[in-house]
Amino acid sequence: MEDANVSHPLPSANRRLSNLAHHLTGHSPAMASESHSSALSPSPTAGSYGAAASVFAGILQAPEDPILGVTVAYNKDPSPVKVNLGVGAYRTEEGKPLVLNVVRKAEQLLVNDPVRVKEYLPITGLADFNKLSAKLIFGADSPAIRENRVATVQCLSGTGSLRVGGEFLARHYHERTIYIPQPTWGNHPKIFTLAGLAVKYYRYYDPATRGLNFNGLLEDLSSAPTGAIVLLHACAHNPTGVDPTLEQWEQIRLLMRSKELLPFFDSAYQGFASGSLDADAQSVRIFVADGGECLAAQSYAKNMGLYGERVGALSIVCKSSDVAARVESQLKLVIRPMYSNPPIHGASIVATILKNSEMYNEWTAELKMMADRIISMRKQLFGALHERGTPGDWSHIIKQIGMFTFTGLNREQVAFMTKEFHIYMTSDGRISMAGLSSKTVPHLSDAIHAAVTRIN
Amino acid sequence: MASSTMLSTGRYSPAAFMGNPKKLGPSAGRRGRDFFLKGKNFGRVRMTVAVNVSRFEGVSMAPPDPILGVSEAFRADTSDVKLNLGVGAYRTEELQPYVLNVVKKAENLMLERGENKEYLPIEGLAAFNKVTAELLFGADSPVIQQGRVATVQSLSGTGSLRLAAAFIQRYFPDAKVLISSPSWGNHKNIFNDARVPWAEYRYYDPRTVGLDFEGMLEDIEAAQDGSFILLHGCAHNPTGIDPTPEQWAKIADLIEEKNHIPFFDVAYQGFASGSLDADASSVRTFASRGLELFVAQSYSKNLGLYSERIGAINVVCSSPDAAARVKSQLKRIARPMYSNPPVHGARIVANVVGDPNLFNEWKQEMELMAGRIKNVRKRLFDNLSEKDNNEKDWSFILRQIGMFSYTGLNKAQSDNMTDKWHVYMTKDGRISLAGLSLAKCEYLAQAIIDSFYKVS
Repeated sequence: MEDANVSHPLPSANRRLSNLAHHLTGHSPAMASESHSSALSPSPTAGSYGAAASVFAGILQAPEDPILGVTVAYNKDPSPVKVNLGVGAYRTEEGKPLVLNVVRKAEQLLVNDPVRVKEYLPITGLADFNKLSAKLIFGADSPAIRENRVATVQCLSGTGSLRVGGEFLARHYHERTIYIPQPTWGNHPKIFTLAGLAVKYYRYYDPATRGLNFNGLLEDLSSAPTGAIVLLHACAHNPTGVDPTLEQWEQIRLLMRSKELLPFFDSAYQGFASGSLDADAQSVRIFVADGGECLAAQSYAKNMGLYGERVGALSIVCKSSDVAARVESQLKLVIRPMYSNPPIHGASIVATILKNSEMYNEWTAELKMMADRIISMRKQLFGALHERGTPGDWSHIIKQIGMFTFTGLNREQVAFMTKEFHIYMTSDGRISMAGLSSKTVPHLSDAIHAAVTRIN
Repeated sequence: MASSTMLSTGRYSPAAFMGNPKKLGPSAGRRGRDFFLKGKNFGRVRMTVAVNVSRFEGVSMAPPDPILGVSEAFRADTSDVKLNLGVGAYRTEELQPYVLNVVKKAENLMLERGENKEYLPIEGLAAFNKVTAELLFGADSPVIQQGRVATVQSLSGTGSLRLAAAFIQRYFPDAKVLISSPSWGNHKNIFNDARVPWAEYRYYDPRTVGLDFEGMLEDIEAAQDGSFILLHGCAHNPTGIDPTPEQWAKIADLIEEKNHIPFFDVAYQGFASGSLDADASSVRTFASRGLELFVAQSYSKNLGLYSERIGAINVVCSSPDAAARVKSQLKRIARPMYSNPPVHGARIVANVVGDPNLFNEWKQEMELMAGRIKNVRKRLFDNLSEKDNNEKDWSFILRQIGMFSYTGLNKAQSDNMTDKWHVYMTKDGRISLAGLSLAKCEYLAQAIIDSFYKVS
């Protein structure tokens, strides 16, 4: 917890402030409690700098969220050549946000359906959506689904699914430490800490190779306590774009099963990484195939472009259907005091698309198109740097997978690129390829070239 | 990779955890292991057997939610005469769910405009935040004019309460929240999960089926200075009993004297009396005194947007600087919970409340909904008075306000309502008049009289 931002105004501080106020207004505290205390309140027409003490006096301004703050800074910049490579939201070649055609179609159907109502969903969310989501990630033929061993609840996109899963584990699982990769999405440690888990790291990224530190990963998971929870990015690791190969996944699986480590998958890019929904779910599926238990958080923010609708699901694969039913009942107790039940709009769009084979096919085609455009941007950027003779090995740009590239640029270089070239990205050197276009690739490669040659 | 340290899991055999599920729980892990360690040697056989046992075996089945579970039970009932007076969701005279015309219009406008689905900022849709604060406080209120309100879009009433609760836990760790006895069942769960201590203040007087005003004041007075007092802005849930304006003034006096912080739950603005302004008068009274206060808002009922999960937490501060700081810290709480709120409901509200024509239409639809409930109250009162040979005074039904009526039936009597009469309601004797039609009033009156007199 960032205690720097926390200040605790004790009741005694309030009393001191209120005594001070009494001094300023000429009343003694004893008198003030008898007289009408509105003498101490600012009149409605007084300026906001009246003598009244605020109970919020000790509360500090929090810094902007590091990832979302990039967009805030970008928006403030008046430069015509600015590029936003901060948050992972897909952009078209024209640099515009995209709503998938199939999503618009689904929305038309829903909004124009005269029988549709806006009644509360069950705490667990839209039933159809839950079943279809489980099928999407685990495979329609998954034995876990056939045997009714999966508890699936609709949650608020990836974040909400991770938070609900974390809270459940903190309450019901005997091991309350979660191991997360170094580095990982900036919001992960905060989510799990607030959920009540202790966060530890396992080695993941190797800056020397700009690839996977596989031995480090295996060593760290080997020395984790038996039963510990392990967060795994199902595909398109955020922020590095570095994924284990299938062979490496198999080794990870064997190790984890032998130590009873509990896998908790974060699947935010299914279909977006390779363009194939099934390929991108392989890591999750090999774990489920061995009959073991795991958690999976799914998000439809990127692969269906439903960012602002907050659609996702948490699935817990259990040993038996009896356990799954009990687990589901306890998930409801986590959700009800948090937001009661989830929002319907995005989930109905997803369910409409997934259950209609024509729309499903349209979706997979649009998804592949987005994934292909990103792969093309990777090739273009790599080519542009090669053309400029930019020092260093930039092959990681085409080896890494998914929306992001971990460029390997350091903080100073990033700050330089922002200041001199109006390139907006996170300070860890991560760029969102989804925010690039053929038009902006030359500008970005100029910026990288300048940063690398002028700043070390 | 399968080194001997991993497979010779005698010391860390899963059996150590699976053998005695009741010992499991977050704190039991280490004790559980030690219990089984006492110099015994666990063979591979144990481990094979243990592998088939779930790590969640010790998770028990949670009871159904007392409010939302009522609808589940109702759906399972096959009787022709069943009546759902459980959850507070508005029904037409035909007992059908109701989507407001202005909502349909707004959604069609949104479709036509083809807006994108990008992430909202953490604090939500700016246009929504602006209109929601103005709707609550009045656009000409000094707190609005002076920029002293921190407004953050949240997941309806529950989500707003939860954000505020988490904020209180972090910044007012010594403070308690006082909750009315009775109150909405989920209030306590929210503060429990947020780890905020709470106590109750007397509210409902079963002898008068009215407000225990003296008891309420006594308990608020007895609480330590700087407590948070949870108040229902209008249409108290579950009792339907609201303080009079004179009583509100006295409550405000006492709260000021004790430096308490008022925390309003406003879930029925417009729904109670039919007038948006009248229903906000309690909040506005307190705000006009210059008090700092919290208000949780929901659009579930008054705009029928139940499943869209749209609401806001508003914190009135003594200065715009304090409001900015408070808002920044509310964002820090939202980000690891769900990142940013859902866009759809927010846009609907912004469109309806922000457009003068739609806003007027909305006011008319609201008057119709509130009017139907008042008519139903009158009919039920008439039926009860006719059928009751003992001449009990049922006029509290006319005095109570809003969606709910506290019938005064106890748990056994409420059970009788369900078991014998197939009338579904919560066990505290609360009925939702929004789920009652004029046509069913007579049947309900019979059921109530039977339960009241024949069951104790």
